[in-house]
Amino acid sequence: MEVPYKLEVIALTTIIIKLGVSVFPYSGKNQPPKFGDYEAQRHWMEITVNLPIQDWYRNTTDNDLLYWGLDYPPLTAYQSYLTGSVAKKINQDYVKLHVSQGFENFDHQYFMRMSVLVSDCIFFVSALYFYIRSLKMSNKYKWVFFALSSHSGLTLIDYGHFQYNCVSLGLTLWAIIFVSQGKNVLAAIAFSAALNFKQMELYHAILLFAGFYLMASCQPKGSSLPSQLKNLVQIGAATVATFAIIWYPFLQIHDWLLQQVIVRLFIPFQRGIFEDYVANFWCTLNVVIKIKRLLNPTSIASGTIT
Amino acid sequence: MLWRIFASVTFGKLLFIPSYRSTDFEVHRNWLAITHSLPLNKWYIDDTSQWTLDYPPLFAWFEYILSWGALLFDPEMLKVNNLNYASQNTILFQRISVILTDIVYALGVQKCLYSFGNNQGGKVQKDAEKWFSSSTILAFLLLCNVGLFMVDHIHFQYNGFLTGILLLSVGSILQKENLKAAFWFSILLNLKHIYLYIAPVYAVYLLRSYCFDIQKSKMTFHFKRLIKLGVIVVTTFGFTYGPFVSQLQQVLSRLFPFENRGLCHAYWAPNFWALYNIVDKILAFLGHKLGWIDPLSKVTASMTGGLVQEFEHAILPSIGPKTTLVFTILAILPAVVILLKQPNQPRVFIRAIVLCAFASFLFGWHVHEKAILIVITPLTLLAVSSQEDCRLFMLLSITGHVSLFPLLFTPFENVLKIVVVLTYSLASYSFLSALHYDPKSKGTLLKFRSWERFFLYGLGFVALFESCIHSMVDPSGRLPFLPLMIMSVYCAVGIIYVWFSFVIGSLKTEKKISKQK
Repeated sequence: MEVPYKLEVIALTTIIIKLGVSVFPYSGKNQPPKFGDYEAQRHWMEITVNLPIQDWYRNTTDNDLLYWGLDYPPLTAYQSYLTGSVAKKINQDYVKLHVSQGFENFDHQYFMRMSVLVSDCIFFVSALYFYIRSLKMSNKYKWVFFALSSHSGLTLIDYGHFQYNCVSLGLTLWAIIFVSQGKNVLAAIAFSAALNFKQMELYHAILLFAGFYLMASCQPKGSSLPSQLKNLVQIGAATVATFAIIWYPFLQIHDWLLQQVIVRLFIPFQRGIFEDYVANFWCTLNVVIKIKRLLNPTSIASGTIT
Repeated sequence: MLWRIFASVTFGKLLFIPSYRSTDFEVHRNWLAITHSLPLNKWYIDDTSQWTLDYPPLFAWFEYILSWGALLFDPEMLKVNNLNYASQNTILFQRISVILTDIVYALGVQKCLYSFGNNQGGKVQKDAEKWFSSSTILAFLLLCNVGLFMVDHIHFQYNGFLTGILLLSVGSILQKENLKAAFWFSILLNLKHIYLYIAPVYAVYLLRSYCFDIQKSKMTFHFKRLIKLGVIVVTTFGFTYGPFVSQLQQVLSRLFPFENRGLCHAYWAPNFWALYNIVDKILAFLGHKLGWIDPLSKVTASMTGGLVQEFEHAILPSIGPKTTLVFTILAILPAVVILLKQPNQPRVFIRAIVLCAFASFLFGWHVHEKAILIVITPLTLLAVSSQEDCRLFMLLSITGHVSLFPLLFTPFENVLKIVVVLTYSLASYSFLSALHYDPKSKGTLLKFRSWERFFLYGLGFVALFESCIHSMVDPSGRLPFLPLMIMSVYCAVGIIYVWFSFVIGSLKTEKKISKQK
């Protein structure tokens, strides 16, 4: 007889493992002056809660871009604002302008870890659960799929090192769910949101835009050209609208603001072809052919811009 | 399968090394220090730390052996004067010692598994390897027991190790190796004397089933066997207490500190006396309100706070240790009855252990809430083979594990305890439902009685109240004991209900068999 609730049990088990990782230190703990990604996220909450929106991406006296400046798209900024507002209600010291730099405290770690857990459950775990439930595969192995998808890399980065990848990955997964259900407009909104949370989703964008969007606009099969065009227009409009709503504050205020934000988003281009150690082709090639020196001697001299 | 489950669970336990540790952590560090740094005759006398040695000598030897491992991690922890010393290496060492000694637990589970396989007609090896079989499910239920996880790997104790030895003993009985069982149980008694709670079961069973042989109307008494048992018991106790013969009184006063402990622990264990206390409080309150009691007389139930509680009841008569002993003995009687009437049956032995552990938990003096684990473990063995026992196991394990919530109150552990108990309960429910699936019945899931279901819903609310709601509703902490009291009383009701059902169930089968005769 088939064991009931296997998927639910494994979902809960992954949460236990995530809690287990949470009690360990985060990146940059007890390492002044720079600390690590945890401090970056906390700093963004400080910036978004205390400064007006036009200063979020700008180098001002209150916002030193060299100390963990915002370099993710606006949706991350909004999420930091929301989380920061909650943080402020719990304890003002978490996000006090300037004073809270390098703030480290057990209760604060608990708060930050719970914010990841809550975001994870709302976006990623829910998407994974619904997606796997809807799959046409034998119930016997669905739990294995769930377990593999909650893999240690994601858990360690989000709950250990400290980031919010679960939000953008979750939104992408929701986009895929909507596509499989034929709800193209919702899919467009979900993926645009994912892209506006973390520009890293560009890695998935080519496949999703070209593959899914164009193909989706050609469904249902055998429909006439006008209705296919209508589909494409709907998807395009949804995407543009989502971008517009998210970027609205930055389009409105000053001309140069938009340019400044884009520069911050694509700052890696100033850093060179790769940074530190990454398991990819360029880094490996660099061992024998010193690409970095060949391509851009000045960027090496300018040092690392973080 | 068993070792695969054990390996997975061990990895999980490693993740919780940095979590909250209770004062029990310092207790064991202190014992490592005492046994390593002081000569034998000072072990039970030293009181540099308030956490004096109060386990029998064999556990002290166990700590002594561990202390040699501690040297490799951080010799500073072995200095008696280093009170509350907790360096990273100390934490690492102590946590890993608990995780590694759980191997004894796994060995105990393995011994019981083989016995269960045998009773099902020799499909042992094949069954134990299958993903879905009663052996695997039993292994999972025991190895992943969330109560043991919360108490051992977070709060910090060595119950896994001790339960392992208990299971080695019980497993021996299941395989009719009575002498081995007696040996393991003697060892267990010399490690932690709380297991005296279930000693009567061993005494009655071994006398009735091993020493006496009643066939038809002939009764033979095997005197030789009694001698063998006696030798085992006397030698183990002798080896353990031998070096302390000169300080026997001191050792015993440490082991049984009656004069310092009250009827209930600071957090009332969810037993009969918790209900007694609350009824007394309510009667006193009503008495004042309705004018039964002269308002000038200072009749209020006084319950002094602190580590130990002195109780003087207001309306109902005050309870002393002798009263609890009488009640406990009365409650143990069903266990004795079934052991005498149905000799030589290992299943009946396990039922008797459950009954006896229940009795001691419900009516004992100064019972700790952790003692519920001694009831839950043997009941797990029965859960895989009988649907009735399975239902009672589910009720007891959920209630018992929730009753342990007040032990973990720090932020992370607050969230963790809900998630782990929920996961374990859901997993047990799923596996046991599938195991006991009856194609003829309408549903695929285990059915609870309607009042049991309502109790469980209420339990969920009590659990949430204790962990989150109370601190939100009363942030200043004016009534700090309210959630504990509610938890105690509510769980006590559930546990007494399960006990009652279990007693009736045990006596019914006994009646059936005696009718057949």
